[in-house]
Amino acid sequence: MATKTVIEAVRDAMHEEMSRDQNVLIMGEDIAERGGVFLATDGFIDDFGSARVIDTPLAESSIVGIALGAAVNGLRPIAEIEFADFVWPAMNQIVGEASKVRYGTAGKKYAPMVVRMPYGGGVRGGLYHSQSIDVVFAHQPGLQVVAPATPYDAKGLLKSAIRSNDPVIFLEHKRTYRLVRGEVPDQEYTLPIGVADVKREGSDLTVVAYGLMVHYCLEAANMVAESDGIDAEIVDLRTLSPLDRETILKSVRKTSKALVVQEDSLSYGIGAEVAASIATGAFEDLDAPVARLAGPDLPEMPFSPALEAEYMLSPEKIAAAIRDLAAY
Amino acid sequence: MSIEETISRRTGSGKNDLSVPPLTEDDLLEMYRTMVLSRTLDERVWLLNRQGKAAIVASAQGHEGAQVGAVKASDPSRDHYLIYYRELCTMMALGVTPTEMLLGFLAKEGEPMSSARQFPLHGSMDRVDIVSFSNVVATQLPHAVGFALADQMRGIDAVTIAYFGDGAASMGDTHESMNFAGIHKLPVVFFCENNRYAISVPLSKQMAIDSVADRAEGYGMPGVTVDGMDPVAVYEAMYLAIANARNGGGPTLVEARVERFYPHTSDDDHTRYRSADDIETMTQRDPIEIMEQLLVSRDLLGEARKEQIWDSATRIVNEATQAAEDAPLPQPTGDNDIYKHLYADSNGN
Repeated sequence: MATKTVIEAVRDAMHEEMSRDQNVLIMGEDIAERGGVFLATDGFIDDFGSARVIDTPLAESSIVGIALGAAVNGLRPIAEIEFADFVWPAMNQIVGEASKVRYGTAGKKYAPMVVRMPYGGGVRGGLYHSQSIDVVFAHQPGLQVVAPATPYDAKGLLKSAIRSNDPVIFLEHKRTYRLVRGEVPDQEYTLPIGVADVKREGSDLTVVAYGLMVHYCLEAANMVAESDGIDAEIVDLRTLSPLDRETILKSVRKTSKALVVQEDSLSYGIGAEVAASIATGAFEDLDAPVARLAGPDLPEMPFSPALEAEYMLSPEKIAAAIRDLAAY
Repeated sequence: MSIEETISRRTGSGKNDLSVPPLTEDDLLEMYRTMVLSRTLDERVWLLNRQGKAAIVASAQGHEGAQVGAVKASDPSRDHYLIYYRELCTMMALGVTPTEMLLGFLAKEGEPMSSARQFPLHGSMDRVDIVSFSNVVATQLPHAVGFALADQMRGIDAVTIAYFGDGAASMGDTHESMNFAGIHKLPVVFFCENNRYAISVPLSKQMAIDSVADRAEGYGMPGVTVDGMDPVAVYEAMYLAIANARNGGGPTLVEARVERFYPHTSDDDHTRYRSADDIETMTQRDPIEIMEQLLVSRDLLGEARKEQIWDSATRIVNEATQAAEDAPLPQPTGDNDIYKHLYADSNGN
């Protein structure tokens, strides 16, 4: 076992898959000589050459659309969007095109491609380097949306994403890149897409989260355990679509209370889908209405520190929500 | 400057390497038969539309010469055809049968491209690599560039033809695709069928220049404009562009100037935006008549043979119509379960 950061795990996953399969290539902005703005592809240009590590023009729609064509014609491209905030010009190629290749050809063609993007806030990124874009993709059938929280999950899931025969939107919370460290096995492994993970076992209530919020929830769980003796179970979704409803329901049937935490704004979010799934699948087990804690319904988080902190969730805010639910 | 000179000057390839093999008598007759079959089928589809049987038609009439010429210049055994919706004659030239086409227009069981999930001419074919994922114009251009990138990376000598209209030329994907293909000298030919109208918007309101091909300079690739009503002229231009791409010379933008004889689709009425003069003059040149004149001038076509070819096309289309009308509509069970083919199955297929 070695201790790695999330960005190291992402880099290792891609490096291993590119070494293992000649058909894997990566394309995006500043990924070759620069090694990516977060250094996710540091050194790749030397190891794999410019044919497989392609610096693209600043043109997101074609980054995704060209990757899609290459995928259908036999390659396994990884398209890197430099920041998730820049993905909007590529929405048509992702939602309008990539999601429909298999369906629209009745299974004759398929697009084994990954679109990776750093997302999320709490990094003084302002309106255009903080966005949570998760729910827009999770809403679209035909896409798989993966949002890991730990180095171990990031590596195992990214390797599976690259090997998947359907498009994967791979969301990397940029605040976790260097903040979060964890053990990663030395030997090769993959993790299945579509399977959630219980990150902390508990008996009093269930907290469902993903990405950076998993870590904030774990901190909050430790706080309320110490201060109030509340024993929270933390379910890390890991994959947003397809959603692992079974793992969520199993936990809620045990604890009878559920809080869903999302950094993204509240309305029409992942939390709404999780809450509806719990209401449908575990209504009779519930001792309280399903609670949601989310970012406010505003276009994006502001730049200045106190304003950003007001928008952004924190372990303290989550702990307060846990206490409220436990007291219900 | 000739087309040969334009392509060889821009790419640095020797002009002698880019000679065009002349079309044989059999080639010319085959192209004519294909155009006649396409025109006959196209007419039939409009009839089926007016009878309420075909939900929508985007006619290829007026484009047949460009389409048959472009296919003739390519190699269906290895090339990729990223078409858009106005490519009926391209499909015919690539060997898709009238029955298969009509199964698409009538949305019937057995439709080969998308199992009748999509509009006609959308999806993909197995026998030859025809791909048309989308109804949204220009989306296929980056896909075509990706196809070419994958071939170039693996040393495969296939060429990808990206078909699009003048309307699609305005989309950002068109710019991004040509730019990338120019940078990497990819084996792709951008084939613009410019019929001067994006539904109702005339060319003068789509671009400040006269020719889509003029943009090629800005992408570092040759751009040529050709009379799209002349199948042989299109064949020659496309042959040069495809041969150059196959030889590593990179992309070319070929603009075929064509006419759209019918409204945009069966849901459109072009008398609302085209003048009576325009409508009358546009049909004065017909690619099928231009081909007939060529065949007659070379003693390959007389009245009897012409009649035989048209009669044969009518008979084939009659039989195809019967077969397609007799075919059942797909029901949402079994192979036609609408939940199938969303993701790969557990075997990855």
